[in-house]
Amino acid sequence: MLEADNLACLRGERAIFAGLSFTLGLGEAVLLVGANGAGKSSLLRLLAGLLTPAEGRLLWDGEDALADRAGHAARLRYLSHQDSLKLALTARENLAFFARLWGGTPEAALAELGLAPLAELPARILSSGQKRRLALARLALAPAALWLLDEPTVGLDAASVARLGTLLARHRAAGGMVLAATHLPLPLPGARELRL
Amino acid sequence: MSAWRALLGRELRLALRHPADSLAAVMFFVLVAALFPFGIGPAPEALARLAPGALLASALLAALLPLDRLFGADAEDGTLDQLLLSGIGPAAVALAKAAAHWLTTGLPLLLATPIAAAMLNLAPGAWPAAMAALGLATGFLSLLGVAGAALTLGARRGGVLLPLLVLPLAIPAVIFGAAGIEAAAAGLPARPYLLLLGALLAGALPLAPLAAGAALRVE
Repeated sequence: MLEADNLACLRGERAIFAGLSFTLGLGEAVLLVGANGAGKSSLLRLLAGLLTPAEGRLLWDGEDALADRAGHAARLRYLSHQDSLKLALTARENLAFFARLWGGTPEAALAELGLAPLAELPARILSSGQKRRLALARLALAPAALWLLDEPTVGLDAASVARLGTLLARHRAAGGMVLAATHLPLPLPGARELRL
Repeated sequence: MSAWRALLGRELRLALRHPADSLAAVMFFVLVAALFPFGIGPAPEALARLAPGALLASALLAALLPLDRLFGADAEDGTLDQLLLSGIGPAAVALAKAAAHWLTTGLPLLLATPIAAAMLNLAPGAWPAAMAALGLATGFLSLLGVAGAALTLGARRGGVLLPLLVLPLAIPAVIFGAAGIEAAAAGLPARPYLLLLGALLAGALPLAPLAAGAALRVE
């Protein structure tokens, strides 16, 4: 279980949010909503351990999650606003590196997002929606307890959103947790809203 | 370890997809070395006297060229976040970056050394010592450079700041490297100087990646 206790985040001298507390149990999903600049992306980076909270604690099963950042990183997948792709590498090569890290096979993950026919194409020539799907394919490689998704459906067509819905449902059925920042409707039935 | 090798392999594969970067560094090295005969005049003795220092300076400047994109590209496309979460560890990521930088920049420079040495009228007997000195000195610079690149990441005008930060620290490598080549050209053993260069490299091998890793964490 992930538990945020009185979290605060500073960027420069400005407090983006403070006194933020919530809990996320097995199989649960939380939608982060709020205006631009409300701190949705900062919260996701903070939960991933990429930012240090100015105040408050982040607990995983009752223990300080950020005490062992490598251990915390191993149980999460972070999908940032950028796609984290290398444009000179093919779709398969982009995934192959992460498959070496986490396990799983690039082919299966590509098929999951409907990218199998594009496997050997360099990421450079993919459309922005296809690049987003390739970034999402990282989620399909191997299971992780916590998914932190920053605007996962930007640029996706309806069929791809449905594929993401399948991934999310399977992840949650296996006890996985999801925290997603979004302005668009996401296929996350029963998700709670957290307004920043 | 397997993840580290995968990262190094990916870096090398990316460099192979953009061979122009390595080629540009080699061309820069050869061209800078070619400028000296024009400036000093074609007197062979004067050139040979200058060759060791000119070789070292040209090689280090050429090796600096690709450094500012070392972490910059990864920071822009979001890859850096994934690397920091990969469990490889920030210092090990920095070491992989330094190794890839040396293999794609330092090593090609080494292969071009005879061309530059010939243009500078360095005695052929000193070429092996020159290649050894440049190999060690560029390795040292790759390690310093990875720390400099991590520190200047996100800084405005980081590309200008980086050489100002790294080049002064590379002065010992220029001194020992040039002295080694000069000794070899005079028929004396270059070994003591090369060993000192090796000591510099051995010192930087653990320290520079640790510094770079700490800088990446702070971003």
